[in-house]
Amino acid sequence: MTDSLVEFDSVVKKFGDFTAVERMNFTIDEGEFVAIMGPSGCGKTTTLRMLAGLEQPSEGEVRMQGRVMNAVPAHERDTPLVWQSLALFPFLNARENVEFGLQMRGVDAATRRKRALDWLDRLEIGEFAERDISSLSGGQKQRVALARSLVTEPKILLLDEPLSALDANLVIRMQSMLTRLQRELGITFVYVTHSQSEAFAMADRVVIMSRGRIAQIGTPKDIYRAPDNRFVAEFVGRNNIISGKIKSSSGKSVLINGSLGDFKVSLGGRAKPSPGDEGSFVIAADLVHLSSKKPRAGNQIECSLISEEFIGSVVTLFLEARDGSEFKVQIQERELADMDLKHTGKVFVSWDPERAHYIGAD
Amino acid sequence: MKPDRLLKWFLYGYLGLVFVFIFSPILFSIIFSFNSDRFPTIPLGGFTLKWYETIWQDPDVWEAARTSLLVSFSVATIATFLGFTTAYTDYRYRFKLKPLYLALILLPPTIPLIIMALAMLAWFAKIGLSGQVFSIIIAHTVLTAPFAMAIIRLRLSQMDESLEAAAWNLGANQWRALRRVIIPFCRPAIVSSFCLTAAVSFDEFAIAWFISGLNKTIPVVILEIVTGNIDPQVNAIGSFVFLTSMTLVIIAQVVLMTKNKTEKENHD
Ligand SMILES: Nc1ncnc2c1ncn2[C@@H]1O[C@H](COP(=O)(O)OP(=O)(O)O)[C@@H](O)[C@H]1O
Ligand SMILES: [Mg+2]
Repeated sequence: MTDSLVEFDSVVKKFGDFTAVERMNFTIDEGEFVAIMGPSGCGKTTTLRMLAGLEQPSEGEVRMQGRVMNAVPAHERDTPLVWQSLALFPFLNARENVEFGLQMRGVDAATRRKRALDWLDRLEIGEFAERDISSLSGGQKQRVALARSLVTEPKILLLDEPLSALDANLVIRMQSMLTRLQRELGITFVYVTHSQSEAFAMADRVVIMSRGRIAQIGTPKDIYRAPDNRFVAEFVGRNNIISGKIKSSSGKSVLINGSLGDFKVSLGGRAKPSPGDEGSFVIAADLVHLSSKKPRAGNQIECSLISEEFIGSVVTLFLEARDGSEFKVQIQERELADMDLKHTGKVFVSWDPERAHYIGAD
Repeated sequence: MKPDRLLKWFLYGYLGLVFVFIFSPILFSIIFSFNSDRFPTIPLGGFTLKWYETIWQDPDVWEAARTSLLVSFSVATIATFLGFTTAYTDYRYRFKLKPLYLALILLPPTIPLIIMALAMLAWFAKIGLSGQVFSIIIAHTVLTAPFAMAIIRLRLSQMDESLEAAAWNLGANQWRALRRVIIPFCRPAIVSSFCLTAAVSFDEFAIAWFISGLNKTIPVVILEIVTGNIDPQVNAIGSFVFLTSMTLVIIAQVVLMTKNKTEKENHD
């Protein structure tokens, strides 16, 4: 057997006529932290629910440790889920909530209690063990939900947008707690989110979904630097996408003719476009060089400044090119201050062809 | 601001009048139950517990009280059980004829009581069940189960949809999830529905009068006393019935309201 823990093999999920998940293939290894990311309604929760046995695939197989799981009912799986709504039992206190899974497995009362309290302590909410759920804060409830899922020592933990209800400060703290927990326990986390920062901050691998399909699977860095297609490039954000016709191709690079001129793009891997094809490339906002004087040669566009957005020490500039298209540039705030752009109406963006990433026509 | 205030006082006044209108006959009945005069006239005679002693010693009243208690307790149990199972079926499953199913369940309260009573009488006579305690229980269950269903259904609609699935996810099969999650969640509604259906059955007269036969319930006995002659006994029994029903209804309300309150805090 392979050492992959989970396999999705041509999995399709239909609700009536509507296809929520379309022919999905991927594997998750033991001990991996995988994030499933995509816009709302793209089928993330459905995918997770199929793993937990709460939905049956319409076609294909879901396997765990080589075993076909399609017909295994939810309560016979060991795939605890941290729910988006948390779904804590309101009529039980924190400790009783944590004990629930153990009780269902027939663990005796004393052991149950001890293990529940251990887990609550471990997640630093031991003092709230006897509290009603309704009297806990959002972050505390979150921890109770985690303890409830982890107390049975599963091989895999499923999380469905667990941090979406928390405020930004708390999200950062919970993220580092989750990452630490996953490393310590060495178990597999499958983490569904629509937030790029959560996925990239925590996951070993990210699965990007779009309308029920996988748009790309890869490490956060792969996805950030080498998006497979336009959807991923746009979803990841802060990317500039330029399209045009292939003018010439040398095998190692192509010349793309767009409405803003000709651009040289080096070819990374699989893509082998030939002259005449439609093609696009991506240049990330932080890989662009900005200057007030026209560069001597190379890929460049002349723009005017529209607006700026400060995020701490980094500034995103929104520029407009001659043909009306938007161009984003990310630079250090200090660098921007030195350039004194306000007085010159025009700016030039330029980039190294090696840094641009070819993505084909779609 | 001024007109708002005026409207508020007007509405309070109106509400007060409604209460006076509803409760004053009952209040007078309670007052006269302690009145030594045989006829309900003002000024009142002296204070007495005579009428309570009379009914205390009346075997017919005892018999009726026993029947009433037995009936209302059984009705509450069966109706609440039926109410819960139908509400849960509605919550849990999707099926083709669901609107029809719901319409059928909610139908009985829309039928005029007299019509229902007559129909029950005819039907029970036909199948040889008339005049038995059992028949009153069946009839009252039909009448009250829809209320139980409505109360429990409302409660289920307030439940986080993931709660039951969360129990499955933690290793509970359907049956255990029902017992350990759905029922505890619905407990306030179940208690409340039990009290209300018991109160309705305890009070119900029309159906009981038609089909009770020799197994009279309290309301039936009251009518018999009243039709015989003017007797302040009825005030005494009436007060007792009123107290019982009110207690049940108030318990039902309190149970539902305390639950809602804790859940409101939950949302903050
Ligand atoms: N039980 C269901 N019945 C019908 N449609 C559903 C059901 N569950 C999900 N869907 C649909 O499937 C799509 C994907 O849903 P979901 O997996 O919840 O998306 P996500 O979690 O990515 O936001 C949505 O369009 C949703 O409306
Ligand atoms: Mg979702």
